Amino acid sequence: MTWDWALDGWIILAGVLSATSCALLGNYLVLRKMSLMGDAISHAVLPGLAIAFILSNSRSAWPMFMGAVIVGVFTALMIEAINRYGKVETGAAMGVVFSTLFAIGLVLIRQVADHVDLDPGCVLYGNIVQIPLDAFGGGIPPAITNLAVVLALNAAFVALLYKELKISSFDPELATTQGINASWMHYALMIMTAVTTVANFEVVGSILVIAMLIVPPVVAHLLTDRLGAMIALSLVVAISAAMGGHVLALFGPGWIGLDATANTSAMMAVVAGMLLALALLFSPHHGLIGRAYHRWALAQRIVQQDILGLLYRWHEMRPGENQPLPREHVLEAVGDGALARWAIRSLLRRCHVESRIVGGCERGLELSKEGRAAATQLIRSHRLWEVYLAKHFNLPPDHLHEPAERMEHFITDELHEQLAHDLTMPSHDPHGRSIPEPDNP
Amino acid sequence: MARRWIDILNCPTRWAQSLSRKSHSSAFWVGLVLCLGITFSLVRPCNADQGEPTSATHFDNAHTGSQADGQPSTSHLLIRALTLRDHRTRVVVIGTTLLGIAAGVIGTFAYLRKRAMMGDALSHATLPGVAGAFMIMGTKNLPVLLTGAAATGVLGVLCVAGLRRIPRIKEDAAIGIVLSVFFGIGMVLMSLVQEMNTGQEAGLNTFIYGKAAALLVQDAQIIGGVTLLVLLGAVLLFKEFRAVCFDSSFAASQGISPTWVDFLMMGLVVLTTVVGLQAVGLILVVALLIIPSAAARFWTDHLVVMTLLAGLIGAVSGWIGSTISASAPRLPTGAIIVIVAGCLFFGSMLFAPHRGVIASLARRWSIARKVALQHLLRALAECEELADRGKTIPLEMVLPKRSWSAAQLRRLIQRATRLALLERSSSSSLQLTTAGRIDAERILRNHRLWEMYLIKYADIAPSHVDRDADEIEHILPVPLVQELERALLDSEATPPSPHGEEGAAR
Repeated sequence: MTWDWALDGWIILAGVLSATSCALLGNYLVLRKMSLMGDAISHAVLPGLAIAFILSNSRSAWPMFMGAVIVGVFTALMIEAINRYGKVETGAAMGVVFSTLFAIGLVLIRQVADHVDLDPGCVLYGNIVQIPLDAFGGGIPPAITNLAVVLALNAAFVALLYKELKISSFDPELATTQGINASWMHYALMIMTAVTTVANFEVVGSILVIAMLIVPPVVAHLLTDRLGAMIALSLVVAISAAMGGHVLALFGPGWIGLDATANTSAMMAVVAGMLLALALLFSPHHGLIGRAYHRWALAQRIVQQDILGLLYRWHEMRPGENQPLPREHVLEAVGDGALARWAIRSLLRRCHVESRIVGGCERGLELSKEGRAAATQLIRSHRLWEVYLAKHFNLPPDHLHEPAERMEHFITDELHEQLAHDLTMPSHDPHGRSIPEPDNP
Repeated sequence: MARRWIDILNCPTRWAQSLSRKSHSSAFWVGLVLCLGITFSLVRPCNADQGEPTSATHFDNAHTGSQADGQPSTSHLLIRALTLRDHRTRVVVIGTTLLGIAAGVIGTFAYLRKRAMMGDALSHATLPGVAGAFMIMGTKNLPVLLTGAAATGVLGVLCVAGLRRIPRIKEDAAIGIVLSVFFGIGMVLMSLVQEMNTGQEAGLNTFIYGKAAALLVQDAQIIGGVTLLVLLGAVLLFKEFRAVCFDSSFAASQGISPTWVDFLMMGLVVLTTVVGLQAVGLILVVALLIIPSAAARFWTDHLVVMTLLAGLIGAVSGWIGSTISASAPRLPTGAIIVIVAGCLFFGSMLFAPHRGVIASLARRWSIARKVALQHLLRALAECEELADRGKTIPLEMVLPKRSWSAAQLRRLIQRATRLALLERSSSSSLQLTTAGRIDAERILRNHRLWEMYLIKYADIAPSHVDRDADEIEHILPVPLVQELERALLDSEATPPSPHGEEGAAR
């Protein structure tokens, strides 16, 4: 496969324009939990297109956009009416409306198929490769112009109504009290979605347009919490999906030894899916790996602190003996199961390095100076919490240990002070053991 | 895990017991299955005359690609299609009807479980399976392609379930992602298949739009088999499906695992979808799952009835749709079936007796009429209190009682006069009849009782109780009125207005 900038440049540009115009709106669809509205509208505009074709008898852009706008609003209204008056839940109402409208569109297209060059297959998966060929003798292909206009419209829509869209997406009631008509924003979004969908039919088709609407914003949402950053990231994802899609469509099959090229628009959706998979794995806060690491780190910390607490109690029960705690005893007391054992082993090693525990396998474990300070803090948390529970929740003494055992790892220094102050500096827990004072060096 | 398997294996015996023990609804089901078996067997003898196509409806034209010279009239074709005279028409009509039954029945449970749009993700997710199976096996053998479709369909469902668990991804986004990305993978594979030019790939596109018009006996048989399976599943798992649909935590407490029941339910949905690809295509098959059940919901609150009705609506859409498309040129069968189903849905939504839009609007209208009349009567009763009983009440005294226009008031008075609740003593004054006075006093009494109740027991200021009482006075049941009287009144007389003379006058 050879790369020809005169052809592939236009294709990539078309892909980028289409993906970015979709992703811009998609952010709001995803945040409003209306992703499927994009799905519904992109199917439902088909009869609008067909009727526009029949009435204007041409494939020019304006009748198409008008048809799309009318049907887009009609779809949104129908879904709402069925939901409200028929008491059908929104998902099912969407299914009813879009499939019926799509069927009507199919029938209309079949009826006029002889007169108008409109291939139902093209509606589904676009014909991006055709775009550069439409520009006779150089110049800008008409599809590119349309897409650029739609992208400019969407960008203006998002930029001018940024604040309004933001408030009405996150909190429609607040928007209403601020004098923003949330339902107008809803319909404006629906109209823009319909227009964007129609402009993208030629490029990615009606089903893959859903990928461009939904996937980049979801990827961005996995990576950030801020709306502005989310929009920017979704644009980056959309652009990478469009470029990567075309490159992979041209050269990907060659890499696995097939002598063929794949459909570019479909490959754009696939690349978007791959980016989503990457984000799912590697996103710092919401990614599977990140979450697994956080859970693992937390488990390590808890086991570590449990060992410190165990050592403290061991020494407390044997005052003056200074006998080290046997290692097997630690394993027995803190946890069982292969994973826990492994965690403890690696922890013992780490504790040793951090010099909280002195001694090794031969002698058993005993607390170092730093270790004693940390353990004192922990035991203090535990026993303060027990006092608190006994005082404010009236729990019997034999119900106090379990919750305190869980809570002790999450009591911050500040909470510590507050508890001690609130409980008027108690010196003993409800079981009669003394609450250690933190050593002040 | 092992115990769950044993439970599932034990189920048939339990179900057999419950079938024999009771449940006339089960008898219904068994009858339906029998009917289906008979219909199914209708297809088989046609194997014999497969070879001799007697050109007739448009299905034959679609199949053979020939347009007959002397084009017969639409009505003629319609009759031929209705009477199932041609073998091809018979196969198509029976196939789509059976599909309608299966999709309607299993769709009911998916609909009630709020999994309606899951079918959309699922049907799009079958495409990579079809294309992949063709690429790997290199054959267009139908069972192979359908197996591939089912495999990726299940994968798609699992992906939706997995994505939904990620806090940042809501269910709608999960469905949209799976739907579009899987479809993208499918399209990539399809484009590769097409470029490899084996000359075999021509038929794969039919999975997107369906090819009901060219349905073969084998296809119809597969549809019939799946329909039987779905009906059997619905009968045997009816109790489990019902429990999980309406209250999955209750189901779990009864020892029914919602996960497994969901899995079986989605399994049946996958089967139905996969065989539906052949007939209506992957975009519209979701319509057959959703529309019949959503339409049936308007007619009944009873699950058995709803399931039967959804099956019936599905069957009728399949039958009428394929018949219509047989009788005129260029009507894609799948789309026509969906349009028929859509019409049935909108018909049900408008005209269903209780939940229908017209019925509920009519109900609301008649209540509004009754309330307006009672408001008039109460206003008159209040006026009478101020004037002396039995005296005529001038119109200008009634008009300021409520925020009604003079025209509205005039129409109300006309209606009340027709009902003999009041009579006009002169052109500008009114008088309650005996019947009217009984009604009026009852409403006034209800109003006052409720006001007193709110003031005494709900600690609401007297100036704030009027509106509340205004709404409830029309619907207070007699026992409640009696209880209020016991709690609030010493004598039989209608209590005075808590707003004082001035309030009553206002």
